[in-house]
Parts: sequence; structure tokens; C-alpha cells
Amino acid sequence: MSAAGGGAQLSTGMVVATPVTRRPRPLTGLRGTGVAGMVSAAVIAIATFVAIFGPLLAPYNPNLPNLSLAWVGPVGGHLLGFDFQGRDVFSRLLAGAQSSMLGPLAVVVLSMIAGAVLAVVAAWRRGAADAVISSGLDILFAFPGILLAVLATAVFGAGLTAAAIALSIAYMPYVARVLRGVALRERSQPYIAALEVQGSSATVICLRHLVPNLLPLIVAQGTIMFGWAMVDLAAISYLGLGVQPPQANWGVMISENQTGIVQGYPLPALSAGLCIVAVVIAFNVLGERLFAQAEAAGR
Amino acid sequence: MLAASLLIASFVIFAAVYLAPGNPLSALSGGRALPASSIRVLEARYHLNEPFLAQYWYWLTNVLHGNLGISITLRENVSTLIGSRIWTTAGLVLYASVLILLFGIGMGIVAGLRPGFLDTSTLVVTAVSAAVPAFVAAIVLILVFSVKLGWFPALGNGTDLVSNVQHFTLPAIALAFSALAIVARVTRTSIREEGEREHVQTAVSRGIPARQLIRRHILRNAAIPITTISGITIASLIAVAAVVETAFSLNGLGAYLVQAAQSKDLAVVQGISLVLVTAFVLVNLLVDVLYAVLDPRVSLGSRAQ
Repeated sequence: MSAAGGGAQLSTGMVVATPVTRRPRPLTGLRGTGVAGMVSAAVIAIATFVAIFGPLLAPYNPNLPNLSLAWVGPVGGHLLGFDFQGRDVFSRLLAGAQSSMLGPLAVVVLSMIAGAVLAVVAAWRRGAADAVISSGLDILFAFPGILLAVLATAVFGAGLTAAAIALSIAYMPYVARVLRGVALRERSQPYIAALEVQGSSATVICLRHLVPNLLPLIVAQGTIMFGWAMVDLAAISYLGLGVQPPQANWGVMISENQTGIVQGYPLPALSAGLCIVAVVIAFNVLGERLFAQAEAAGR
Repeated sequence: MLAASLLIASFVIFAAVYLAPGNPLSALSGGRALPASSIRVLEARYHLNEPFLAQYWYWLTNVLHGNLGISITLRENVSTLIGSRIWTTAGLVLYASVLILLFGIGMGIVAGLRPGFLDTSTLVVTAVSAAVPAFVAAIVLILVFSVKLGWFPALGNGTDLVSNVQHFTLPAIALAFSALAIVARVTRTSIREEGEREHVQTAVSRGIPARQLIRRHILRNAAIPITTISGITIASLIAVAAVVETAFSLNGLGAYLVQAAQSKDLAVVQGISLVLVTAFVLVNLLVDVLYAVLDPRVSLGSRAQ
């Protein structure tokens, strides 16, 4: 395979010119993730757009109850009908995208930054610093994310903020463990030693060279974690400990409309569930593809 | 290591509740103003006038004696309240674990050994079901199997063994749903990787019967990653059970934890968190022990150090 480029080297040491058949470079970025990856990226883009502009796009007031319309099915102009308080379900889905997407975003950003800093410090310093950080992270592994989030909301009051911070702390060790391994491998590369010999400071080497080389992995890990965070935060809101009604949120919509499942009006709860599943599938599939790409490039 | 992480976990749980805004005395008095003399009596009884570490020490020694304090809302011993609910959660997690091990690993092995349509469809199905949160699975299962088909009850615990199994079937499926898909995917990948190894290809060319080949050469080596992912996912069920118990109105620890968190019954939150973290750590320990059983190199390696 390596001979596909400019010339084939024979055992005699003679270079024989061969027609230059340029092997297509492996696709990088989004295009390298295949059709499934690009479809996922499109779903994520739509969800992001709705999360930003959802309240403006909503055709009706998502928080205006009208009890005489409770549980009414789809009728003209109201695509998905009305919820248990007679609010337009479609408008609530659009408005609910904001809190449903913003929470996971905060969790991913916080846990990735904290995890990356710890991983780079551990890999750079090695020795005692690495030992302290690694065993600290091992202890954090003892707390499942949902449990830590429930604990945090019990102590600091129900709400998205407490739950998101707690989840960030719970996810941090997963980020740090993956990045630390790669950072350690990168640390022993000759280019780092060369930069050290040239007198670059540790901060400069880490920020300008080490972290950029970890970036594909950080992006892949963050993408997968967005899906996890979305599931966990929706669960917290479903349990009544996250986003508080009447604010629209996909997790809240499932819990407040769950009685409709038994009463024969499943659409409001199901449509919110479908939104969560669609977005999580997109993040999982894209994250998996990006991960495979980052690993292939790292080899 | 186990004792250390449990000790630190207990410290974190205690400290979190200690830091909670609000005065424990006003919780005891129900918000009424108390005369100074009774404040002093209550402070002495609950060691509230002592430094933080001393309070932690009192709490920890009590916990080790099985005394987890008193629930403010139910005026009962937290240990008693936990004891009456722990079997619901344990049964649910156990039922879901069996489903995961049986169907997750089973699906993974079949897909890994049979490339083609079966494999592709398993990949698609698991990609979708891995993304289904437990509470979404719960409402769909209730809709299909109890509302439309009427096969299973939608809510509540059972009264005897048979009705318990009936009541727990849908919750266990909801709990296992996404974990099962993840286990199946990892199993498939590791079976596929082991099957492509040179020693397996050599064994194929030597004409070793397929059954023996799969058991001795593929499964034996794939067992380690399969154990890892099964351990991680089953341990995570302990916390996710709270969601499923709430969805199906089951009278378990997790649902009780959520109620306690909503009503700020902090002694209960502390107690249940401690029990769940302990269970989580124990499951992880069990997985570590399993490694040594499955792969003799693990215990040999640790002895060599």
C-alpha cells in the first residue's frame, strides 16, 4: 500500500518510476464519518437551530393553558394536538428544545474542560501529581451520574443548574481517563522532547501542541457525552428535580403527560420521547464515527 | 481501596448535606421559633454545637451500627424504611441484569459470528435502542403491553411471587433496554476481533470443530471486554432504577430517594445515597474478582508486582 505514491523501491535500492496514482487521502472531519455521520450531523444542526430559535418558531404560546382543549388530538394548525392542560404540543416541543439542549451543552463543556486539564497535568507531571489525580478520579467513579445529580438537587434545590454541575463532576473522570492515556502517549513523542530542548515552556507546549493534538479525541468524546448528558438530564427533569413546570422541556413533557398514556392520549408524551431519542441517536452515531476517526489518526 | 473509596464517598455525602442551606433546627421544629433552652437541648442531642468533623464522626459511627437517622416526613427510622424497600430495587436490578446478560451477550455473539443480514439488523436495532432513555422505554412498554395488549400490569408492586414477576417484567425490560444494546454491540465487536485473530484462523484451517473453536478460542478471549461492559452497565442500573421505579410507581429505594429529594428529607437522601454507592462499589469489586477468574494473567500479574 505504501508504494502507491511516487515510486516503488526495489530490493536493489533502485527507484523505479511508476505512474503517479494519487491515492485519495482519507477524508477528515465530517466527510470522513460517512452517510450516517452526516445525517446525524444534520439532525444535530436542526436540533441546535430549534434550540436557539424555538421560542420564536413556535406557532402558539407554549405556556398558555386552555383546559377545554385538554388531550384534544391533532386538528387544523395544531400538528400534534394538545397536552393535559390544553397547550399546543408542537409549540411546547419547539420551546422545550432550549432547556433540553442547553443543559447537556453545559455538562459537556464543563466536564471536558475540567477533565482535559486534569489529564494533561497528570500526563505532563507524571509521578506524584499523576498518582493523586488518578486516585481522586477513581474515587469519583464510585458516584453514578444520576445519583450525584439527585443528591445535588436535594441539597441545593431542584433545578437545571445543580443537576448540570453534578453531572459534569460525575462525567469528568471518564473524560480524564481517556485523555490521560492518549496524553501520556503523546508526551513521550520526540516532538515534545524537541520543543522542550528548544526551551518552550510547559504551558506553551501543552496549549499550542499537546492539546491541539488531543482535539479530535476531545471532540469525539464530547459528542458521545452530549448524548449521555441529554438522557441523564432529561431523566432528572422527568423525576421533577430538574427543569420545573410550566417551563417547557422534553423530560418534563413526558412526566406531565404520562397519565395520557393510560388514558388513551399517548401523543404528547410520545412525541417528546421521540425528540430525545432522535437527538441522542444522532449524537451517539456521530460520536462513534468521530471516535473511530480519531483513533485511526492516532495510530 | 474499596474501604477508602467508601469512606470518602460517605464523607462527600455527609458534607453535601451539611452544606445544604437551611437550619436543621427549623426543620425539626417545623419552622416555628423555639425558646433558647430547647434549642440548647436539641443542639446537644443532635451534636449540632460541635465542629464539623466531630459531627461526621458521630454520623459515621451511627451508620456503621446500622443507624441512619430519622426521616423528618415519616418520623421513622431510615434504616427500617430502607430495609422495607431494598428488595424491590434489588429484585428489579437483578431481573434486568439477567435480561442484559442473556439477551445482550446472546445477541452480540450471534451478530459477531454471523456477518450479513443478521449482523446488520442487530447493529441498526441496537443503535436505536441504545439511545432510548429508561423512562421513554417505560411509557412505550406501558402503552403497548399494558394499555393495548393488556398482558402486564402498568403500575405498582405485586403481592406474591407470580404477580411480582408479572409486575416487574415491564420495569426490568425498561431498565435493561439501552444497557442491553450497549452490551450487545461491545460483545459483537470483541467476538469479531477475536475471530479475526491469527490463532483462530490457524485453528479453522486445522479443522477444529466450530463449537470447540468458538468456546475455547473466541469466547474465552472475548470474555474480558464483555465482562467489563456488562459490569459497567449493570452497576449503572442501580442509579437508573430510580427513574424506572418512578415511572412504574414501584415502591423501591430509588423512587423513595426521589421523593425524599423533592421533600428535602435529607436523612433519607443521605441513607439511600450511601446504600446505592456501596452497592455500586461492590458490583465493581465483583467485576474485578471476575477478571482474575476469567483470565489467570490478571492475578499472576498482580502477584508479580
